[in-house]
Amino acid sequence: MSLWRQKLNNIWRFANPVKFLAVTEKVLPSLWVCALLCLFVGLGWGFFITPDDYRQGSTVKIIFLHVPAALMAINCWILMFVASLIWFIRRHHVSALMARASAPVGILMTLIALFTGALWGQPMWGTWWAWDPRLTSFLILFLFYLGYVALWEAIENPDVAADLTSVLCLVGSVFAFLSRYAVLFWNQGLHQGATLSLDKEENIHDIFFFPLLLCMAGFVLLSVALVLYRTGTEIRARRIRLYYVNEGRGE
Amino acid sequence: MIELLVRDLKLAFRAGGGVGLSIAFFLLISVLLPFGIGAQSPLLSAIAPGFLWFGALLACLLSLERLFALDWEDGTLDLLAIAPLPLEAVVLAKALAHWLTTCLPLVLAAPVLGILLNLETNGYFWILSSLFLGTPALSIIGAFGAALTVGLKRGGLLLSLLVLPLYIPTLIFGAEVARRGAIGMNVTTPLLLLMGVSFGVIAFVPFVTASVLRINLR
Repeated sequence: MSLWRQKLNNIWRFANPVKFLAVTEKVLPSLWVCALLCLFVGLGWGFFITPDDYRQGSTVKIIFLHVPAALMAINCWILMFVASLIWFIRRHHVSALMARASAPVGILMTLIALFTGALWGQPMWGTWWAWDPRLTSFLILFLFYLGYVALWEAIENPDVAADLTSVLCLVGSVFAFLSRYAVLFWNQGLHQGATLSLDKEENIHDIFFFPLLLCMAGFVLLSVALVLYRTGTEIRARRIRLYYVNEGRGE
Repeated sequence: MIELLVRDLKLAFRAGGGVGLSIAFFLLISVLLPFGIGAQSPLLSAIAPGFLWFGALLACLLSLERLFALDWEDGTLDLLAIAPLPLEAVVLAKALAHWLTTCLPLVLAAPVLGILLNLETNGYFWILSSLFLGTPALSIIGAFGAALTVGLKRGGLLLSLLVLPLYIPTLIFGAEVARRGAIGMNVTTPLLLLMGVSFGVIAFVPFVTASVLRINLR
């Protein structure tokens, strides 16, 4: 028990920016390599080796981009939520910067999911866009991301910005959740149910499942690497700013 | 709290323009709408409930920027923060003042504009009651957005970017009540959900808004 607690407490040493930078600098190269390897193998396997689906033809292959991107779009928001919570409770600056760093990654993933969905929807549903609950929820998620990033950009004092954006993230999470269910109530769906779930009999076929798993792993690794890299950049940017403030020239 | 409310109301009425402006905006967009989409009555009466909700929401958005800005600039907000009255009550009083001066006129104007948009006969009661129940949530959420952007020089556009996504649940349930009421369907479920959102927002969001103001005043 005490050992566990000690291990858990040890996590907070990464809250020190110097320690954080030192560790991420060591971890990042292997993360990049792993992510690219997973994506290369997963996408290559998915696009060129798997057979066409008997109903959807080759359009089914967009799943290898669409599903992992959608997964990470939501996970980046969850990461932001947790990081904001940690900033609020323990006030570690790295945490606030990580929340800031994960927002653009989340936006990118949301956009990938929306665009690949539109590309797939055109031949399959006969339309680029439908006001389906899932699609609409993703568009709403995108709007929440935009507001969050815009608020970060607008406020000059970094601590005030971190505080206000984390409040916005917490409140926004509640409202995003509410909107998700409000949208379900508002319109019936066209989108198929979850393709992957642990509790269902019928899942995606194994031929598609394994490359999909690889792609998902690749997207997770890529997002983690991007977020860590961006966090490092934010830390350095803040140092530069402090340097100029101390030197007393501009900014 | 009552004194603060009365003061805000007096300021809103004496400063002029503020109260009438949002109602004029509401009137204008309702008049311009048929120019944009055509004047066929079936089309207009089909979209009237949703459009009235949408218009009221936009008109409510217009005056949000002034909610805390004036008191922030002249330092009144600092005094209110150190006054014996809790900041949460200040937020509630200011949101209530905003609702009384901006949203209540919109609620009362909506049925009149419904005539212009050829609203179904059943719809008048439901547009009135759904707006009456839903607009308090709009004011309180708006106060949250206004508190977030109070220290910024040009917060107006940012304010709408922040607040509009938060308005989605209220809009969905409110417009659904009005739409179902207009075509004579059962409104119980969306009405209960609308009230749930509205009362939930009134109960919780003022605390968050007060903490946001404290951060800004730090």
